[in-house]
Amino acid sequence: MTGRLSTLAAALVIARRDFGAILFSRAFFFFLLGPLFPVIVGAMAGGVGQRVQQSVDLPVIGIAMAGDDVDAMVDAHGRLSDSLGATLPALVVLKRLDPGETYDPVAAFSAGKSGVSAILGGTPAAPQLVGASERIDAWRGPVSLLAAEALGRTPHAYPDVSTNAVSRPSGGDRGSQLMTAQAAQTLLFLLTMLLAGMVLSNLVEEKANKIIEILAAAIPMDAVFFGKLFAMLAVSMVGIAVWGLFGTLLVIAAGSALPSLPSPAVGWPMFLALGVVYFASAYLLLGSVFLAIGSLATTVREVQTLSMPVTMMQLMVFFLASYAMTQPGSATELFALAFPFSSPFAMMARAAQEPVLWTHAAAIAWQALWVVILVRTGARLFRTRVMKSGPAKVKQDRKRLWNKRREAAAA
Amino acid sequence: MKMDLGNWQAAACDQSHGDKPLAIEARGLVKRFDGFTAVDGIDISVPEGAIYGILGPNGAGKTTTLRMLLGIIDPDEGYRSVLGAERPHDVAHAIGYLPEERGLYPSMKAYEAIAFVGALRGLPLAEGRKRGRELLEEHGLGYAAERQIRQMSKGMAQQVQILGTLVHEPRLVVFDEPFSGLDAINQGKLERMIRALADKGTTVIFSTHVIAHAERLCDEVAIIAGGKVPFAGAVDVARDRIRPQVRLETREAEGTWRAALPADARLEGRFWHFSLPESGVEPLLRALIESEAGILTLSIERAGLHDAFVAIAGEAAARALEDNADMEQMR
Repeated sequence: MTGRLSTLAAALVIARRDFGAILFSRAFFFFLLGPLFPVIVGAMAGGVGQRVQQSVDLPVIGIAMAGDDVDAMVDAHGRLSDSLGATLPALVVLKRLDPGETYDPVAAFSAGKSGVSAILGGTPAAPQLVGASERIDAWRGPVSLLAAEALGRTPHAYPDVSTNAVSRPSGGDRGSQLMTAQAAQTLLFLLTMLLAGMVLSNLVEEKANKIIEILAAAIPMDAVFFGKLFAMLAVSMVGIAVWGLFGTLLVIAAGSALPSLPSPAVGWPMFLALGVVYFASAYLLLGSVFLAIGSLATTVREVQTLSMPVTMMQLMVFFLASYAMTQPGSATELFALAFPFSSPFAMMARAAQEPVLWTHAAAIAWQALWVVILVRTGARLFRTRVMKSGPAKVKQDRKRLWNKRREAAAA
Repeated sequence: MKMDLGNWQAAACDQSHGDKPLAIEARGLVKRFDGFTAVDGIDISVPEGAIYGILGPNGAGKTTTLRMLLGIIDPDEGYRSVLGAERPHDVAHAIGYLPEERGLYPSMKAYEAIAFVGALRGLPLAEGRKRGRELLEEHGLGYAAERQIRQMSKGMAQQVQILGTLVHEPRLVVFDEPFSGLDAINQGKLERMIRALADKGTTVIFSTHVIAHAERLCDEVAIIAGGKVPFAGAVDVARDRIRPQVRLETREAEGTWRAALPADARLEGRFWHFSLPESGVEPLLRALIESEAGILTLSIERAGLHDAFVAIAGEAAARALEDNADMEQMR
């Protein structure tokens, strides 16, 4: 055999080397830990937020009425709170008014010393609620119900409602499936951005190691690009598998405490399978562009500068796909489905909302075609732009030599 | 000394190797980068089993020429044939290449690095690892087989890369500036390795800006300057382009016998230096004896490759070549 390795065989040689080198490096361990930090920060922020939310959502209404009215209102609150729970604001007694005694709730609330969300005055028959304008309307209903109960005008028995929580069947409510679509798109985008960035510095490292010319002389440049892309994809899959495992353990541990998503239109197993395929596709598409950029840059700083427009473009693509998701059947959605970089995201959303499968087969073939086109273009660009001449240190050395000779002559 | 490049090129095209098959044949190779012509119509013929040197200063077009011959880049014009194939990639498994920019993966162990380079040329990895260990052992580096490239000296890593170039037993080995970065001892080792390869029938082509290496090793050379090849052929033919140099010592520095010397004769110390006249040494000797020159010593020296290079490529190219050698020493 005297020929050259086929593109596939050569890509395998490159992919195997890169995969092993990255997977068994210390950097990969830290890379795996990477998402832990946003999760911790997110959880902490979420905890604080929840606390704030709880305190905002649990209003306390101070009551300032005649003594009998206060008792009637407090009793009514006690009876209703079992049935209405958190929808009923908490009630504290601010003042029991003696007969003839007056109380100015506006002045008391404005002074801000009462520490309540609103002040309820008047009588149960004509309650007056004083509070901040943003929220006061939301409490009119509960206060009215409370006053009615105090006056004995509400039903005396509330029937017990039994509950049965079930998942919505496939192809059910499109509105709620939008939530699943949005969550899937966001996850896909975050994973792609997080992982495709690894490709960026890959060829820079290759050039720093000066091994690129050995590769270019022995195997097709397409194979170098494909090998690197698929190695990084495989590394990403390992990362996702590890994170997925921890995520599953978290779900098992947290149980029903975690929010659940409505079932996607294609069903969960197919949705997850398509998620893997569309992640791979989005990764390869973005990675091939990053790889081409990386191949043209000589330093990591150059890579960062060159990749900025691509990152911005990817953000716009994500927004396009997110917007298209809310406009099914529109020209915007069709564009998002056809544009190679937004196609995986738009199709992911479609999988959540539409049960038809053949469109996915067509989209995957279309995206694969674009991966090939982009990799080939990147490889050609690399070959024509980079392999121009020998090392560039001749000029520098010549200057040093000239200086040395000048010094010798002066001596 | 300014030479007529056109004539020299014509001479280069006349080079013939009889029925000997050619490992490399290139005709009229041209390569331009952004309007700059890096290689301008190069003709090269490398016979199979030969040690062939491409001699020229940095920036002359050596690396671009080698890259075109290997198919790393395609020529804009011209014809090339490598081991009988017009597409060098079709014979990639039979070629070994050491680029000027040395490089290996720093985290790889020495024997793995050799195996990886072999795998790129189609050698199964397991076989490559086995041969890698054997080659390291054979070249006195067996102790470093398990050592990572980053733990090696530059020279040692370069030797590992050279072994990687050879692990798949190629029929044609292309070295771009192979002696650059090696100390004198390792340069000697590499010279012996190149000779051993040629003895086994492997064709070796290497570029260099150090004339001494080419002079010691090469059967044939191509002198390259400014993207052109003013001479390509046997080293002896290149040297014969310069008339042999005569060094004459007489009892008296001047005399009537002075008229017998050619017009270009120059006195340096006690010695007269001049090119041997076309008529040969006998008429010169006769004239000197008859005019009682009192000859103490007379020696005739064949021109070296350096003189040939100066004559063929010009003073400027020769100066650039010397600069390159000085820069090499500085590194």
